[in-house]
Amino acid sequence: MVNLEVKLKDLVLKNPVMTASGTFGFGEEFADFIDLSDLGGIIVKGTTRHHREGNPYPRMAETPSGMLNAVGLQNKGVENFCQDIYPRIKDYQTNVMVNVSGSVIEDYVETAAMINELEHIPGIELNISCPNVKEGGMAFGTSCASAEEVVRAVRQVYKKHLMVKLSPNVTDIASIAKAVEGQGADSVSLINTLLGMAIDAETRKPLLSTVTGGLSGPCVKPVALRMVWQVAQAVKIPVVGLGGIMNAKDAIEFILAGATAIQIGTANFIDPQVSVKIVEGIKEYMIRHQVSDINDLIGAINLK
Amino acid sequence: MKKLIQDFELVKYEELNCEHFVLDIKANEPLPEILPGQFVNVRVDNNNSVFLRRPLSIHNVDYDRNVIQLFVKRIGEGTKSLGKLKIGDKLSVVYPLGNSYSIPKNAKTLLIGGGCGVAPLLYLSKFLHEAGNEVTTILGVRSSYDAVGLKAYEPYGRILVTTEDGSQGEKGYPTQHSVLENESFDYSFTCGPEPMMKAVAAYSESKGISCEVSLENTMACGFGACLCCVTDTKKGNKCVCTEGPVFNIKDLKW
Repeated sequence: MVNLEVKLKDLVLKNPVMTASGTFGFGEEFADFIDLSDLGGIIVKGTTRHHREGNPYPRMAETPSGMLNAVGLQNKGVENFCQDIYPRIKDYQTNVMVNVSGSVIEDYVETAAMINELEHIPGIELNISCPNVKEGGMAFGTSCASAEEVVRAVRQVYKKHLMVKLSPNVTDIASIAKAVEGQGADSVSLINTLLGMAIDAETRKPLLSTVTGGLSGPCVKPVALRMVWQVAQAVKIPVVGLGGIMNAKDAIEFILAGATAIQIGTANFIDPQVSVKIVEGIKEYMIRHQVSDINDLIGAINLK
Repeated sequence: MKKLIQDFELVKYEELNCEHFVLDIKANEPLPEILPGQFVNVRVDNNNSVFLRRPLSIHNVDYDRNVIQLFVKRIGEGTKSLGKLKIGDKLSVVYPLGNSYSIPKNAKTLLIGGGCGVAPLLYLSKFLHEAGNEVTTILGVRSSYDAVGLKAYEPYGRILVTTEDGSQGEKGYPTQHSVLENESFDYSFTCGPEPMMKAVAAYSESKGISCEVSLENTMACGFGACLCCVTDTKKGNKCVCTEGPVFNIKDLKW
C-alpha cells in the first residue's frame, strides 16, 4: 500500500490529483465516465458575482499540441451557483472547490463571502489570471500590488482554504507568489493559460472572436513546470501545479518540481477518464520506485 | 442518456469518391440507444498534429452488428487521417453525444442536406419512416460526382438531388428544388453549410412550418465541459454539443 494523501495546509486530499477549473464543468459532466470520489479534488467552473454570457463564438482554436480558448468566464453568477448548482454537487465525496473570478475587487469579495457560507465547499481558487475578460481577471495577477490588494480583501471575508491561481503572463511569477503568500493565501495554483493568438492565413481572420486567447495543453508544459519549480522555491505555502499534464509521468514531474498537488485541465477534453488514470499511474510509479509516501516525492528533483 | 467512452474497431471502409468515405466502426458490446442527430467524438491517433477529438455525425446504426456508420468528408488533418485508417484499427469513441431531431408522426417531412451535411439525414429518414411519416430528402451537391450514397435512402422515402452544374437532378441549390413550391410539407430538417441551412430556415418560416437545423460549431470536449462550441440563441449562449447540435430555428437568432 502506498500513501497518496497530501495536505494543502489543513485541507486533506486523498490523492494529489485535482481537476482544473473550466475544464471539468461542475463535475456532473464527467459523472458518466468516472467516479468523482476517486479524485483528490475538483475545481468547478469560474464563478463571478453576476451572470456572464462570455465571449462570442468562435472561442476555440486547436494548436500544435494544445488549444487556445476565449470562453470569457461564461457562468450564471454566484447566486445561481449557491441556489441551483451547490445542492446538486455538495455531496460529492471529494473536495469541491470553486474558482472565483471578477472584474472589480468588490465582486471578488462578495462572491467569496457568499461561497464562505456553503458548508461543503472547503475552499476557493481565486482566479487573478483569466486572460479572456476585458476588465479585471488577469490584470489583478500581473502586478504584485494589485495581486496583494485583491487577496488581502478576499482574505478578510473568506475563512476557509484560499488558493490563488497565478498567471504565467508575467516576468517574475515567484514575486507574485510571494506577494499573495504575504496576504494570507493558503496555497497557490499555477499556471493559468498563456496569452496566445491564431490567424487563418487563407481568410486573414483571427480564429478567435477576441483575437487573443489562452493557450493550454502539453505545449505549455515546460513553461508551467519551470514556473512551478521557481515558485516552490520562493514560497512556504503549498504549490498546486498545472499546465499540460496529460498522464501520470507529467504529474510526477510537477510533484518532483515542488507541487504538493496537481490539476488536470485540457486533457479532460480528450480523455474524460484521464484524471483517474493519472491517480492509478502515480500509484504504479510509486510502487515501481519503492516510494511508500507521495509526500517524499514533493520537490524531490535530483539536481546533483 | 449515459455517455460512454469505448474503443471501436474499424470493420469496413468504403471510398465513395476522392473526398467522401464511410467508416463502419464496431463496438465490443451492445450499443446503447442512439437517436438521429446525435454524434460521436473520435480520437485521431494516427496523426500527432491532431490534438483534439473530432466530432462526427452518426450516419447509420446497425444494432445487430454493434456497428455505427460515419459519413466523412476529407477537409482537414483530422478527417484526412481518419481516411487512412486500416481495417482492424482501433478508434476511441465518446458517444452518444448531443440531442436529437424530433420525430413527428404521420406527417409530410422534408429533409435537406448539403455536402457532407447529409451525414445525419440517413439515420433520421429511417426514424421518420418508421414513425409513419412521408419522407422527402433533397441532397444538394456540386455535381453528379458528389451525389454518393443515395441508394441507402431509398427504403425510407423519396430521394431527390440538386447539382450546382446541373449534371444530375435539378440544377441549382437544394432550396431551389421545384418540389418546395409544388408540394407542401409539415416539418423540415436540415444539416449542411450554414448559408444553406439559413435558406431552409427562411423557406420554412415563409411556409409556417417547423424547422430543425443541426449546427457544427468547433468544440473541444463534446460533452458540455469546455463551453467552446456555443451558439447565440434567444436564451443566450447554448452549447451546441449538449443543448444541440439540433436546434429549432425559433430558438436561434437567425
